[in-house]
Amino acid sequence: MDMKVDKKLGLKERYALMTRDLAWETTYQPMDKVFPQVTYEGIKIHDWNAWEDPFRLTMDAYWKYQAEKERKLYAILDAFNQNNGHLSVTDARYINVLKLFLGSTPPLELMAARGFTNVGRHMVGAGPRVACLMQAVDEYRHFQTQVHSISNYNKYYNGMNEFAHQQSRMWYLSDGKSFFDDAITAGPFEFMVAIGFAFEYVLTNILFVPFISGAAYNGDMAAMTVGFSAQSDEARHMTLGLECIKFMLEQDPDNLPIVQRWIDKWTWRGTRKLASVGMMMDYMLPKRIMSFKEAWEMYFEQNGAALFNDLARYGVKVPKCFVQTVAEKEHVTHQSWIGFYMKPDSTPFHTWIPEKDELDWLSEKYPNTFDKYYRPVLEHFDAQEKSGNRFNNKTAPMNCQVCISTIKFNDPDDPMKTLIRSKTYKGEKFHFCSLHCEEIFDAEPEKYIQAYISSHQVLQGNCAPEGVDTTAPDFEPGAHIAAYWRLDKAATGDFNGSEDQANFAAWRRQATSN
Amino acid sequence: MTVAALAPYEFASRDRLENFHGKQLVYVWWEKHRMFSRPFVVALTPATPFRRLFEDYISTYAWHPDWPHIVWDQVIWQNGDEVFTPDFDASLAQNGIGHKDLIRFSTPGLDGIAGTGY
Ligand SMILES: [Fe+2]
Ligand SMILES: [Fe+2]
Ligand SMILES: [Zn+2]
Repeated sequence: MDMKVDKKLGLKERYALMTRDLAWETTYQPMDKVFPQVTYEGIKIHDWNAWEDPFRLTMDAYWKYQAEKERKLYAILDAFNQNNGHLSVTDARYINVLKLFLGSTPPLELMAARGFTNVGRHMVGAGPRVACLMQAVDEYRHFQTQVHSISNYNKYYNGMNEFAHQQSRMWYLSDGKSFFDDAITAGPFEFMVAIGFAFEYVLTNILFVPFISGAAYNGDMAAMTVGFSAQSDEARHMTLGLECIKFMLEQDPDNLPIVQRWIDKWTWRGTRKLASVGMMMDYMLPKRIMSFKEAWEMYFEQNGAALFNDLARYGVKVPKCFVQTVAEKEHVTHQSWIGFYMKPDSTPFHTWIPEKDELDWLSEKYPNTFDKYYRPVLEHFDAQEKSGNRFNNKTAPMNCQVCISTIKFNDPDDPMKTLIRSKTYKGEKFHFCSLHCEEIFDAEPEKYIQAYISSHQVLQGNCAPEGVDTTAPDFEPGAHIAAYWRLDKAATGDFNGSEDQANFAAWRRQATSN
Repeated sequence: MTVAALAPYEFASRDRLENFHGKQLVYVWWEKHRMFSRPFVVALTPATPFRRLFEDYISTYAWHPDWPHIVWDQVIWQNGDEVFTPDFDASLAQNGIGHKDLIRFSTPGLDGIAGTGY
């Protein structure tokens, strides 16, 4: 059918025709059967038409706008790749940022696409449905463009080709996977608070600063352009998340305690997920932008406080974890880097001890904690490596049952002590990295007892490559783990002495001399 | 509280004892020696002597320069929050160590590299 929209229509009418007008009250089946998911979470909605559309964007305008961005993006990517862009980055260590990013982020963009597709199906109002549809397409595009921008590096450097296989198997990717699995198996309103609000609105800058600005600072035009191309989408995503919060709170006062519990939960889950992102800023970018601590202060403490002041009129309080995150900003990135450094056989990217001037930078940025707790141990590792005794902790980790982080964060009252909380549920012990994670467990234990913890899966004999008999009497559960992960040996180990390091130096010499 | 769901929501725990084919999980942590980042986990039969847990696994902590300075009869052992004295020749079960128990030990006077807890 040929659809004719009168060109003289005003923006508002055009928008109404292209979105709201596409929805109808069902008659073959009652509405509550067609939309079963919007009630069981306990959120009460009385008037779906009260949903304000923050971006009066129609699908046809959306396609046009996005297509234009794609054209520009791929022109830049092509130019970057044809001009050996991979050799213009500051230092070959930078490429490890891309490897960590590739494993942890594009697969989650894909999960976000699936999540918004689902929510777009289940929301009753046409306004949120159209907005969710656009966000689903955006997230799919983020997944694709991120993979495309990094694929050129994959031709030259180790450790990138199995990211899709590794996503649901590797120990350090389980926290992000669990974050999205938790969100996508919740109802549509909780998903919107989890991803639309807590992640896209409250925490998104902390995710984007190291990636986009980090790429720009370190000569990676490809990743930088992908980031910028996503930024106008992000503005729309943030607004959708905030609008959803306001809509729920305006519809019924009974919604407040439910929404508050979700805000508390998802801000904490997001914070835990960002520990490794902060580590990129403090340890992995050869040319630093700002410290994670500074980013946390600017984007979470200041901007976040302003946001929650604004929401106070609905009765919303700052997330319960706020105080703990402020105390932890001095510690988490150092604890994360040590956690990766000590596992040289178990990641498809390299780790290293920072150079002296980089350690000095950390001392300056973390005056309260770096010299007191972290610098001595990093210098010890360095001395050991130089004498041929590089640290390699071959044991398997203990993980938090809720956030799936390895249990490595300090007691908020004592930085020398690791916090481990434990409880028994239906006769079985469970362990947590924090009081916040324990409270999330308490609210829905049946959900978290199913958590996928990589080291436990290995010990159950579930992580052997095809063809290995796991019932044989001499079967050793950990013996096949590298093959199971499809972990390329050349991609593992210390950066010093790696093939990437040698190749980058040789190719750059070729490119810059006669 | 149970999970808000559209249908009955009951699942077995993924890490229940029977999934370990006769073994159980044990976690181990050396307090104030955080260079090892996090506790480690092993799967052993309940009949395994505590000495084997010590000699085959806990001894991986020997990479730490504090290790040779440990005065073993001053070490404080805990199962979770409970202080206990392990019998090295008795089994895990006889030492009261169950599935997913966390064995932690503290070494008084040894606080890691340069007293940092690492
Ligand atoms: Fe995205
Ligand atoms: Fe987004
Ligand atoms: Zn946790």
